[in-house]
Amino acid sequence: MTDATPVAPGLPLERQCPFSPPPGLNELRDHRPVSRMTYPDGHEGWLVTGHAQVREVLANPRFSSRGDLARAPIPMGPMAEGTKRFIPRGALTRMDPPEHTRYRRLLTGEFTVRRMRTLEPMIERIVDHQLDLLADRDQPADLVADFALPVPSLVICALLGVPPADRPLFERHTRTLFTLDTPLEERNTALRSLTTYLGQLVEAKRANPEDDLLSGLVAGGELDDEELATIGVVLLVAGHETTANMLAHGAFALLQHPDQLALLRSDPALLPGAVEELLRYLSVIHVGPIRTALDDIELDGHLIRAGESVTVSVPAANWDPTRFPEPDRLDITRRTTGHLAFGHGIHQCLGQQLARVEMRIGFGSLLSRFPGLRLAVTPDEVPLRSDMGIYGVHRLPVAW
Amino acid sequence: MSTDFPWPGERMWITVDRERCCAAGMCALTAPATFSQDDEDGRVIVLQDHPPEDEREAVAEAAEVCPCGVISLRP
Repeated sequence: MTDATPVAPGLPLERQCPFSPPPGLNELRDHRPVSRMTYPDGHEGWLVTGHAQVREVLANPRFSSRGDLARAPIPMGPMAEGTKRFIPRGALTRMDPPEHTRYRRLLTGEFTVRRMRTLEPMIERIVDHQLDLLADRDQPADLVADFALPVPSLVICALLGVPPADRPLFERHTRTLFTLDTPLEERNTALRSLTTYLGQLVEAKRANPEDDLLSGLVAGGELDDEELATIGVVLLVAGHETTANMLAHGAFALLQHPDQLALLRSDPALLPGAVEELLRYLSVIHVGPIRTALDDIELDGHLIRAGESVTVSVPAANWDPTRFPEPDRLDITRRTTGHLAFGHGIHQCLGQQLARVEMRIGFGSLLSRFPGLRLAVTPDEVPLRSDMGIYGVHRLPVAW
Repeated sequence: MSTDFPWPGERMWITVDRERCCAAGMCALTAPATFSQDDEDGRVIVLQDHPPEDEREAVAEAAEVCPCGVISLRP
């Protein structure tokens, strides 16, 4: 095989096992951690699957995050040819420094480890309330709809100052945005609706400031209305969809590994480590991050040319046996240092400390409240989110 | 940053590049006795320049996982 041989026709997402990376990625990583990949638009770019190599890509600022340069590694519906992709101001995840730095610095103080600890009582209240509701449900109940989705959704509502009554609206649009085969036009409509909604909320906060993050950003005076609305969308969407999938898929993984579940129930001090191991093991970010080389860059002996697209696979990197021995084993006591579930480099997840607190409290309370929690269907009946931008399960029928 | 610490018997010196810090909080999470975050912008604050030997493993780990590589350690 030479470097010119494309080894994969686009990024694989379909799973054989609900927890393993998509078939082929483990083998690819073990033999060719930096591979050529043909993108759906015909571009001959790259797929990076090794832990060290993914880390190197994400740490190198010459691999750009700019959304207007990025190519999709999977078919994303018909793209209007020749239309220039437009990245709204404030869309910090798809920008490079110095624009990215300016936005991120306005937000990082709101998501510190210490700040997130002060949210624990609020998060505990939300978790306990959802568990009360779940306990009153007929069995089997869907752990996604009744627990995993509402918890982070209500938490980000409280943090940002978004009315919880608007959950159906923003959850529906988020779902449209993250469904991979949503036609471009529908995707744009959903994004516009969300931006309009956040724009109205920004106006309301300006008129009647409250004690929440969005009001604080408005009062700070550093951002105009367009930037505020876009940043609001980014925080709201990223703030609930990712953690929701970790909670549901994490519960699924624990139920399928009774020894680990029993171990965790026997010693709650294992919770923080269990959260890290579930983050590594499940790696729900299964599309990208995507980068574009700004210069010719050498990576692990390969020459990546300026303009070429580089997609990294977090699931493959987090199952790299050179970094995590026996990576296919869920082991809540393992050393998970350096997992890439939150990314790496200057774009590493802004909300990761919030996600950790939500998962620690969420898993901890779920397990102690429902000692008899069990799957109410066979494992192969659980619908997997291979068709979504964030991986996990669509539904998780449980009984207790 | 290497994980060759601790260098027994030697002092560990920590330097950080606050300009490039992206305030992910990994250091404050991993080695809370040594690192904290600025309340305003979340950037790293070093609480002790010469961590005691029993803290060094955590400090080395914090340096290794720092997403922006802004923590340097030397004897």
